[in-house]
Amino acid sequence: MTDRAETFAKVEELIAPFNKKGIALSETTRFAQDLEWDSLTVMDFVAAIEDEFDIIITMNMQAEIETIGQLVDAVETLKAKA
Amino acid sequence: MSETALQSADAPVQAPDLFSKFDGLIAEREALLSTGVRDPFAIVMDKVLSPTEAIIQGKPTILLGTYNYMGMTFDPDVIAAGKKALDEFGSGTTGSRVLNGTYQTHKECEDALKEFYGTEHAMVFSTGYQANLGMISTLAGKGDYIILDADSHASIYDGCWLGNAEIVRFRHNSVEDLDKRLGRLPKEAGKLVVLEGVYSMLGDIAPLPEMVAVAKKHGAMILCDEAHGMGFFGEHGRGVYEQMGVEKDIDFVVGTFSKSVGTVGGFCVSNHPKFDVLRLVCRPYVFTASLPPSVVATAATSIRKLMHAQDKREHLWKNSRRLHKGLRDLGFTLGTEEAQSAIIAVILPDQEQAVGMWATLLELGLYVNMARPPATPAGTFLLRCSLCAEHRDEQVGQIIEMFAKAGRTVGCIA
Repeated sequence: MTDRAETFAKVEELIAPFNKKGIALSETTRFAQDLEWDSLTVMDFVAAIEDEFDIIITMNMQAEIETIGQLVDAVETLKAKA
Repeated sequence: MSETALQSADAPVQAPDLFSKFDGLIAEREALLSTGVRDPFAIVMDKVLSPTEAIIQGKPTILLGTYNYMGMTFDPDVIAAGKKALDEFGSGTTGSRVLNGTYQTHKECEDALKEFYGTEHAMVFSTGYQANLGMISTLAGKGDYIILDADSHASIYDGCWLGNAEIVRFRHNSVEDLDKRLGRLPKEAGKLVVLEGVYSMLGDIAPLPEMVAVAKKHGAMILCDEAHGMGFFGEHGRGVYEQMGVEKDIDFVVGTFSKSVGTVGGFCVSNHPKFDVLRLVCRPYVFTASLPPSVVATAATSIRKLMHAQDKREHLWKNSRRLHKGLRDLGFTLGTEEAQSAIIAVILPDQEQAVGMWATLLELGLYVNMARPPATPAGTFLLRCSLCAEHRDEQVGQIIEMFAKAGRTVGCIA
């Protein structure tokens, strides 16, 4: 697996506990519209991602991230910087 | 654009109605109100009899949701100071603090704050909301970081969005989470940790000594919002941070006049030597009219009286502990294990029970606040009770009886 594929798999794993409706996940799955997450779920999920990859995803960045693919890209960028 | 395009017979573009984003909320409200229940967000107080009693729809009602913690709104000295200022200085300043809107009354109010808090500097804003908006957006600029508790008040979040700093959240009251996040930030970046003494939804307090130690370890400045702590925490009533002994480590204390002080307005106090420059650069301070002289005169008088309000503080704590125990004994789920502040939050599982309880209590003659997501943490529905130092012992007894009756009527307790 490439680094990105590994990150994608890990992100999928971390989404699972919050994916109450069992929505199928892909690059283009949207957190708000498809997974129907509210701001509190987002908070818990982002904290889990941050702790897993030892990064910070600021709220400013979160505002730009709508899909799983965009999140994986952001994680990859942040990991490279860390 | 060419003239032909302007004159073309095409039908105008049908842009969406900007209100369509609220359709979900409108439908939810209509469904709720169609059950015949009173609208929890449209209460009118016809007459206010005292800090603890009002007439609502012709009915005498005990007020248990006002944040009027110290009951200063009808204090005779406070009222007299307001009337005198109204006579001497007129009804309003019609201007910004930095132009024509600073009167002797505003300086006296800031002097009262400096004495109350024992600080070098004090700055009065037109509301508590604007105090947070102004302080946070101005202190943390581009490239700086604001680190805030996830359960922070809307005014703190809005202060973040008004500025240009990077915004980082940590899990509510988690010292470990704060430490980890601060540790991941660039060492050379400016950092502002924003905390609240009392979190107003559940009425829980922050573990300030531990949080302050972590923030200082990472070189961050600390702003503490004491909106719900002023008046009755600590020896001088300064707030939770005084009670917990971390006064020297808090760089900025933000507060409000609309709770214990009993009027409206906001402020920040600090010992930072350059503090006063904020008067020139803080937009929510500069670009709004200052408070009317009568308001700052009532605030100053109230603040000075709060310095020596030991008896009131004790009675408020007694009321708070008694209500907490009474409700817990009845079987209600509360926001905290013990009474940590003057806010007692009753947690209910859904909107139906929350509105049912709220409306039944009102029928019985008791007003409490109802709070719903997204204002509440973890999607909970709350009946928020805030006690007053002026609630008499017999009123607290009546309140507990009304909760027992309403709880059994609605079916949330046995």
